[in-house]
Amino acid sequence: MDVYLPIANLSVNALVMIALGAGVGLLSGMFGVGGGFLTTPLLIVYGIPPTVAAASAASQVTGASVSGVFAHFRRGGVDVKMGVILVAGGIGGSMIGAFLFRFLQASGQIDTVIGIIYVVLLGWIGALMATEAIRSIRVLHGAAAPRPRRRRHHPLVASLPWRTRFYASGLYISPLAPFLLGLGIGMLTVLLGVGGGFILVPAMIYLLGMATSVVVGTSLFQTLFVTMIATMVHATTTKAVDIVLAALLLVGSVVGAQVGARFANRARPEYLRLALAIVVLLVCLRVALGLAWRPDEIYTVELS
Amino acid sequence: MTRRRVGIALLLATPLLMGQAKPVLVPDVSQRDIEIKYSFSGAELLLFGAILFPGGRLPEPGHRTDVAIVLKGPAQSIIIREKEKVAGIWVNAEALRYRSAPSFYAIASSRPITTLVDARTRAIYELGLDSLQLSPASNAAAAVQDRFTRGLVEQRRRTGLFVEAPRAVEITGDVLYRARLTIPARVPTGRFTAETFLIRDGRVLAAAVRDIDVRKTGFERFVTRAADRHAILYGLTAVALSALLGWGAGRFARRK
Repeated sequence: MDVYLPIANLSVNALVMIALGAGVGLLSGMFGVGGGFLTTPLLIVYGIPPTVAAASAASQVTGASVSGVFAHFRRGGVDVKMGVILVAGGIGGSMIGAFLFRFLQASGQIDTVIGIIYVVLLGWIGALMATEAIRSIRVLHGAAAPRPRRRRHHPLVASLPWRTRFYASGLYISPLAPFLLGLGIGMLTVLLGVGGGFILVPAMIYLLGMATSVVVGTSLFQTLFVTMIATMVHATTTKAVDIVLAALLLVGSVVGAQVGARFANRARPEYLRLALAIVVLLVCLRVALGLAWRPDEIYTVELS
Repeated sequence: MTRRRVGIALLLATPLLMGQAKPVLVPDVSQRDIEIKYSFSGAELLLFGAILFPGGRLPEPGHRTDVAIVLKGPAQSIIIREKEKVAGIWVNAEALRYRSAPSFYAIASSRPITTLVDARTRAIYELGLDSLQLSPASNAAAAVQDRFTRGLVEQRRRTGLFVEAPRAVEITGDVLYRARLTIPARVPTGRFTAETFLIRDGRVLAAAVRDIDVRKTGFERFVTRAADRHAILYGLTAVALSALLGWGAGRFARRK
């Protein structure tokens, strides 16, 4: 069933797009991530122009995170003060991201930069998650549990001025730390079309030292708003948001996310984390190969 | 003085010239407007027409008449980038800008175009993918321009935007011709032209042009316009759509 995408200017198989959304939604429901880090590269592999892919993937993440935010709000799992500061940073970051995007697009390096950032981030986060998951699986099988790390924020965070209290997170730190974190994630959201949850969650735990009960909810809160802003930024600057593509992906992903969430309730979290780490590393490998292999198209054409 | 003499000579030669009058082409296309709708996945065009020989006399046998049809999309200003391996990864290195290059080019002919006319004529009428007259915006060396042009042709040929279809034109009884060409879904909108050339003995005897309009209609046109003219409203709609769909699915799942 072919459907014409008015902004991408090409026709795609609607069922493939819905299936792609469903697959990503399934993962996002299972692992509690937005799944943007999968959507963008998969769309590019399918033949959607990278700009349209990044611009339209962000709105899929919005859809995937919205019901999660409500769920976490109901059980008090969102540190609103922290979230608002992260979002404020995210707004600044998306502006910088939009500027970078245009600059890189003009110099023809956007695809390479997106590829390299993907490889570095996914490789790093994937390796981190894999080792952590394997360690906890070994604990399940009777290995001695390591002494629990004391929850502490990074010494760099402690050196920032204007400390304030974040009651829900149990922290007394400078608001500059989450602001800068939000800034970085906002840039990535616009550049890559990802929500950034896969970076934000470990950063909240290891850099800020937030209470784990509010980490996922606050991260989703930030993702929800920053992906909304990223969609607006793309709509007004690159004009590459394809609403038809976004709708197809959304239909698949919102259904997939619910199925995934149900499945996650029955699976062991340690194995889930290991599975996610493997998925992340596989995507990383695929993107890395794409950069290193001789591409089919040595020449690319773009409108000027 | 000389001009008058030439004028008189021409006047005297008029009956002769009329006797030698060239054949005329009457071309047409199956669709003058192609509308891009949600289900658009390309369009097949039938390009057909008649060859009117002066006095209705068919050419003598041995002088075969051939037809070539060129279907061209609107010209675009483009940048071609060339990838190079730098430090182990493939990155865009050199680039060349062209002021105008056809977004779509298809040529159908009754015999391979290289056997019909020589390179000079091909270049004049832009007959064939190796004879496109692109205009680079910079004064790069001829060899570099050549390399990039070949790269462009290769890339567009692979995506089905540049097509060469030798022997795709069928000529019936030396007077009727027809050819089928496909416009893929990836073409830009705008005015396409279908040029028909009548070729005999390595010369172009007649040429005729038909226009074809490709445009988005209905919802597709509305979306494209909205995205371009009302960017903020369009963005808000996309955001609202995603938030509502996500929220709705969550509620629906919770109630079950």
